[in-house]
Amino acid sequence: MLSDDSSPYDVIVVGGGHAGAEAAAAAARYGARTALVTHRRDTLGAMSCNPAIGGLGKGHLVREVDALDGLMARVADRAGIQFRLLNRRKGPAVRGPRTQADRKLYARAMQAFLADIPNLAIIEGEVADLTVIDGRVAGAVLKDGRAVPGRAVVLTTGTFLRGLIHIGEVTIPAGRIGEGPAMGLSTTLDRHGFALGRLKTGTPPRLDGRTIDWHGIDKQAADDDPVPFSTLTARITTPQIECGITRTSQAAHDLIRANLHRSAMYSGGITSRGPRYCPSIEDKVVRFGDRDGHQIFLEPEGLDDVTVYPNGISTSLPEEVQASIVRLLPGCTRAVILRPGYAIEYDYVDPRELDPTLQTRRIRGLFLAGQINGTTGYEEAAGQGLVAGLNAARLAGAVELAVFDRAESYLGVMIDDLVTHGVSEPYRMFTSRSEYRLSLRVDNADERLTGRGLALGCISPVRAAHDATRRAALDDTRRMLESVSLTPTEAQRHGITLNRDGIRRSAFQLLSYPEITWDQLAVVWPQLRDVPPALADRLCTDATYAVYLDRQRADIAAFRRDEAMVLPALLDYGTIAGLSNELRLKLDTVRPVTLGQAARIEGVTPAALTLLAAHARRRPAAQVPAE
Amino acid sequence: MLSPDTIFAPATGYGRTAVAVVRISGPQAGPTLAALIRAKLPPARRLSLRSLHEPTTGELLDHALVAWLPGPATATGEDMAELHVHGGPAVRAAILRSLGALPGLEPAQPGAFTRRAFLNGRMDLTAVEGLADLIDAETEAQRRQAIRQLDGALGQAVETWRETLLDVLAGTEAALDFSDEGDVDDDVLTEAGRVTASRVRDAIQAALADGRRGERLRDGFTVVLAGAPNAGKSTLLNALARRDVAIVSEIPGTTRDAIEVRCDLGGLPVLLVDTAGLRDSTDAIEAEGVARSRRRIDQADLVLWLCEPGGDAPPPLSVPALVVATKGDLSESVSDNALTISALTGAGLGTLLAEIERIAATSLGSGDALVTRERQRLALESCRDHLDRVATDGARLPAELVAEDIRLAIRALGEVAGRVGVEDMLDRLFSSFCIGK
Repeated sequence: MLSDDSSPYDVIVVGGGHAGAEAAAAAARYGARTALVTHRRDTLGAMSCNPAIGGLGKGHLVREVDALDGLMARVADRAGIQFRLLNRRKGPAVRGPRTQADRKLYARAMQAFLADIPNLAIIEGEVADLTVIDGRVAGAVLKDGRAVPGRAVVLTTGTFLRGLIHIGEVTIPAGRIGEGPAMGLSTTLDRHGFALGRLKTGTPPRLDGRTIDWHGIDKQAADDDPVPFSTLTARITTPQIECGITRTSQAAHDLIRANLHRSAMYSGGITSRGPRYCPSIEDKVVRFGDRDGHQIFLEPEGLDDVTVYPNGISTSLPEEVQASIVRLLPGCTRAVILRPGYAIEYDYVDPRELDPTLQTRRIRGLFLAGQINGTTGYEEAAGQGLVAGLNAARLAGAVELAVFDRAESYLGVMIDDLVTHGVSEPYRMFTSRSEYRLSLRVDNADERLTGRGLALGCISPVRAAHDATRRAALDDTRRMLESVSLTPTEAQRHGITLNRDGIRRSAFQLLSYPEITWDQLAVVWPQLRDVPPALADRLCTDATYAVYLDRQRADIAAFRRDEAMVLPALLDYGTIAGLSNELRLKLDTVRPVTLGQAARIEGVTPAALTLLAAHARRRPAAQVPAE
Repeated sequence: MLSPDTIFAPATGYGRTAVAVVRISGPQAGPTLAALIRAKLPPARRLSLRSLHEPTTGELLDHALVAWLPGPATATGEDMAELHVHGGPAVRAAILRSLGALPGLEPAQPGAFTRRAFLNGRMDLTAVEGLADLIDAETEAQRRQAIRQLDGALGQAVETWRETLLDVLAGTEAALDFSDEGDVDDDVLTEAGRVTASRVRDAIQAALADGRRGERLRDGFTVVLAGAPNAGKSTLLNALARRDVAIVSEIPGTTRDAIEVRCDLGGLPVLLVDTAGLRDSTDAIEAEGVARSRRRIDQADLVLWLCEPGGDAPPPLSVPALVVATKGDLSESVSDNALTISALTGAGLGTLLAEIERIAATSLGSGDALVTRERQRLALESCRDHLDRVATDGARLPAELVAEDIRLAIRALGEVAGRVGVEDMLDRLFSSFCIGK
């Protein structure tokens, strides 16, 4: 371990959560000499809140992280104890792989992956300050005075920046329960003029599973055929478990109402915004009081762990009130709380301070990823971490930074949303955030991103070889489907009824008909029987969406045209005659990189865009992501 | 996949002009022009007379002067084509419709030509700034006009439809993004949602089927003055307009092209059009003038058929006509059922104006015409088509495709009324469902 080395690291990653781990791994994959600084080595890969990975929208991000050779998917495949493919009965574009994870297995697997990376040093310590010389970061300074010089720094501080936990009337300065907050870095960011804000999130109490009556409640089982996250995982071998389902009752709601004044969220103790999609149980009762109850999942935190995560009762009520509420849940009348739920407030940096590369404009060489940018969720953090780590390494190597756009990935959607609109609540991914949902699917993340990752230098040889094989099989099969065809008369002989228009249709076209199945076509063309089922599913999906995808391609081409128009980094909006002051201010806050991004800023008029266009320059085609 | 779309838009204003110019810019400009004229491209940078046909049906649209302007030495720096067509809104609308139906062509957004011109280095900064001012002024004028003429009726209707569809979308998106939540219905499109979508579709269809009254209200109620040569059409136009806009002379056949006067009649926008007198002529230019007169008559909202005492009765017309006996100062003998006027003395003019006003008022009606621009019409048609699929196939289509059609329908409405952000939808979603375990 290198603890106080005088020769600078290429990249220093601050924080060892989901963003930090991916940032460090991505930088190291690129070949950068990387250091990861974390309070404690044994908390690397910790899940502070819900022990689950993936879900709707989030599952897309995990697959994209995997396509760029990140760690999260492979770690979750080793630690997952309840794999479920959400939206299985809906279309492939909106399916979401999710698994509950064994907390210990997850951390262990993540630590093993990180330990295997040769050019990554892990340093235990707290970063108290940054060294900044002439507007450029030059390293980090630890609380104990050690200096760690580096060419680029990625901050992934999660909820630690001036973290403050609330449990009823009690407040505890902390990054998460049992760990101290990071105060020094907030001061550093303040000093350099960053716009800081406060956000809030919460977590439920943890229960002792031995005190829950599992027989008296409903169960939810894992899928029979668990679908792995990573294309490198052949199959899931970790044992799968069930979780329990219970519900809040009117009696519980009444108790919550009676104690609202003691909840930190409602007593005035917390003023910052929490996420609407992850409301506390207090919020649910206040905002949706008419519902007769709210569903609660009882999720075991591990195979050999008695801790149970009651998903759905995040709260900042006093501990004794939490205990009473829990005991009003069916199956939990004797339940014992191991650790109370809490709300936590923390500092975040207005993400409009960032370029779409996740580099800050105030301090060059400084990158931010994860909750510090106002997001929530492990998957959102991991995605940003990967992009920030890769770009930090590229910056250290003096290579042009990478931007992912909205038309190629959810990573691009997320980063563009953040740097263009900022946040008013912790930001979480949904599939509905993407305009190109039918194109950005979990089943084609590798096709969208692995090739790009290769060009950017973040794909290991193992994945590159694997991807080449997969891609060849996909291309060959697609070509085969397009090369064989039938007339309606010939189809009829095989029992397939088509419009008798005499038009010859390829096997690929036939698959776009909802009533025609792969197996039917395998009767006509026996070579289809040799295609692996996953590949067949993938091609059926492409065929089903073909008409919509064609239109989406036209939309994407238009989008890319606007994205190809680059605005100068130092453009002085004050000198552009004809812009209103309000618009100048907005443009100056966001500092759009492209004309397309400018158009997405609220309030930008066609006339203003015309003025901006006068300053835009066409980006060389090579820098635009390939279709 | 970076080839730019081809855009088109009228380059001349929306009022009635003798000639309207439609510009096409982009890689499809050449093929489009060839398809319209059903022939190979005319010589570059020359005006050539060609017949324009609807590319799919082959229906004759107009005889026009066309120009083929290969890039990059063009206004936008791209391949361009210009169509100089006859100025009537019907011709212009038919051409814009035909262009809009071609794959790869889309109506230009405000500023699009300028933007391309600038991007291709065809314009300097000062010129762009000037244009931005103009666009601003025009947008403001349009907004004021919309408020004044229609009391913002279209904006309000679109907003109502959009709000309604956002509610439907919040339901479909909730079922896609939060299907693992206890509070959310698993059905992507409920029967109520489908019915709502089809109700909005019907409302949009009704607005589209308004006989283009809104466009007429904006462009003016067109009154064409027609009749035999020297029947006194130009004299009457001048008398009505109280200024010498048409060249009046004693020589029959002086007016060879249509001349227009816009006037306000009892608060209604009325466009008076003087035309060449109808007769068979051997003079090629006059013959073209006569042909144009006939077309203007066909497109008129009202024809004033002028005849001298003892002159010809009007030929059979496809549009409402009013027979006006002119030169009342010269003769006593006029037919009983015709208005008699004397442009010279002013006799009968008041009665004639009152009669035109009565007919115009009846025709324009006080109803709520919504659609006043072709661009709005195209966007609403696109919205209707997406909703059509939701209404008819919503129960059968996969969930994400139903959502896709609703999203595209809302986007089309956004093009009429301003953009929609994902946040709009999320606000809706989070206020209607209890999301979050």
